[in-house]
Amino acid sequence: MLSLEQLVQALRKSAGDSDVADLDGDILDLTYDDLGYDSLALLELFATLKRDHGIELSDDDIFELKTPRATLAAANGKAAA
Amino acid sequence: MTGTASPWITGLGVIAANASGKKAYWESVLEGRSGLRTISSFDAGGYPVRVAGEVLDFDAGQHLPRRLLPQTDRMTQHALVATDWALADAGLTPSELDDCSTGVITASASGGFEFGQRELQKLWRTGPAEVSAYQSFAWFYAVNTGQISIRNGFRGHSSVMVAEQAGGLDAAAEAVRLVAKGTLRTAITGGFEASVCPWGLVAQIPSGLLSTEEDPRRAYLPFDPDAAGWVPGEGGATLVVEDADRARARGAGRVYGRIAGHASTFDPRPGLGRPPGLARAIRLALDEARLSPEDVDVVFADAAGVPEQDRAEVEALARVFGPAGVPVTAPKSMTGRLYAGGGALDMATALLALEHGVIPPTTGTASAPPELDLVLGQPRETPLTTALVVARGTGGFNSAVVLSRV
Repeated sequence: MLSLEQLVQALRKSAGDSDVADLDGDILDLTYDDLGYDSLALLELFATLKRDHGIELSDDDIFELKTPRATLAAANGKAAA
Repeated sequence: MTGTASPWITGLGVIAANASGKKAYWESVLEGRSGLRTISSFDAGGYPVRVAGEVLDFDAGQHLPRRLLPQTDRMTQHALVATDWALADAGLTPSELDDCSTGVITASASGGFEFGQRELQKLWRTGPAEVSAYQSFAWFYAVNTGQISIRNGFRGHSSVMVAEQAGGLDAAAEAVRLVAKGTLRTAITGGFEASVCPWGLVAQIPSGLLSTEEDPRRAYLPFDPDAAGWVPGEGGATLVVEDADRARARGAGRVYGRIAGHASTFDPRPGLGRPPGLARAIRLALDEARLSPEDVDVVFADAAGVPEQDRAEVEALARVFGPAGVPVTAPKSMTGRLYAGGGALDMATALLALEHGVIPPTTGTASAPPELDLVLGQPRETPLTTALVVARGTGGFNSAVVLSRV
């Protein structure tokens, strides 16, 4: 199971800390756009999730998964499957 | 580029091995303080080149949003911060500028070599999955123009000049042309280099033109009988170019000067027996400025530090100005050659010299040929109205810029 904490850690590591939001706050339903991350940042995030956690998300998911909650659901759904 | 309507240079931002920030840099240059050291950002013990002008005293994280750090090479971090400084120096706030008439024209030579090296190492060690998506642009020639535009919200005409060490002068001249013809009202120009890393060094070593001298005080001695190549450096400068009427209307605090003339030429193919194009570039730039050689108060030399190239430059200057006909200096002896950043930093230094009426010295060099009036050791105080900056880029590029006080 990928936790929000692990997701935030991967985000900081791959794309740099957010300058517009506190990633340790309540960010589950904020969009990545709101958090200041673009599609390339998410590409970096997904590469890190695969490398560090073995979670494979598709390139299309970059545009589908707009919030950390959606990413966690997809990641854990796939991890469980 | 003549007449009262020609655009003004109203802001400077500088990053170099001997100091960063306009004020600290200028003090450094006047004191003759060199930034050339034994390479320390990595172990260069196994390389034939041991000395460089590294920018070590600079923490990008103190100046830039954290999100930008993983996606930028150091040369881009330098470019972004120096541009912030130049805009502040000009008293301009990016959000208050008209976005569509503000553009960015930078010079590029190596690109983001250090970033590229890191990603190539990942590719080689573990495969493509490890490679950063940001590699797609972080190494690229156009990245500084792009990142400066994005960070500041500038949407006007933007481009990149690639002419090795001569590119910085060409980029500034292009910025001035675009403002003069009304395409832009404000232009950001400059160039940056930060390729002192193993890959960057290995790419430069085969030219045979870099100094292999291990003593930093002896490594880069332009025009000296002991000259044995140049030392690569990091950093560069940003210049803010503004429409003169607009700058006047807003009450711009300081006008450093203007580009009164520019020209670039290309050397003939080796073996043709024709002379190199540097003297012609100087004459054409003076023609455009409608000035004669006697009007030039100081020359900022290309100063390759390679004996054959030094001789060619001394000959070109003597042909235009007469033997020892004009004071010449090479403050890049304190920073190393910055390639894309070279022309921009030399222009910034020349503009500061015009402002203060002081010619900064060439350091390291102990003696110069009698045909050259090289300012050595100490700065030379003298009234300055017009400066000539020349640059040669490996491969045959020659450029010359005439800077005049307004």
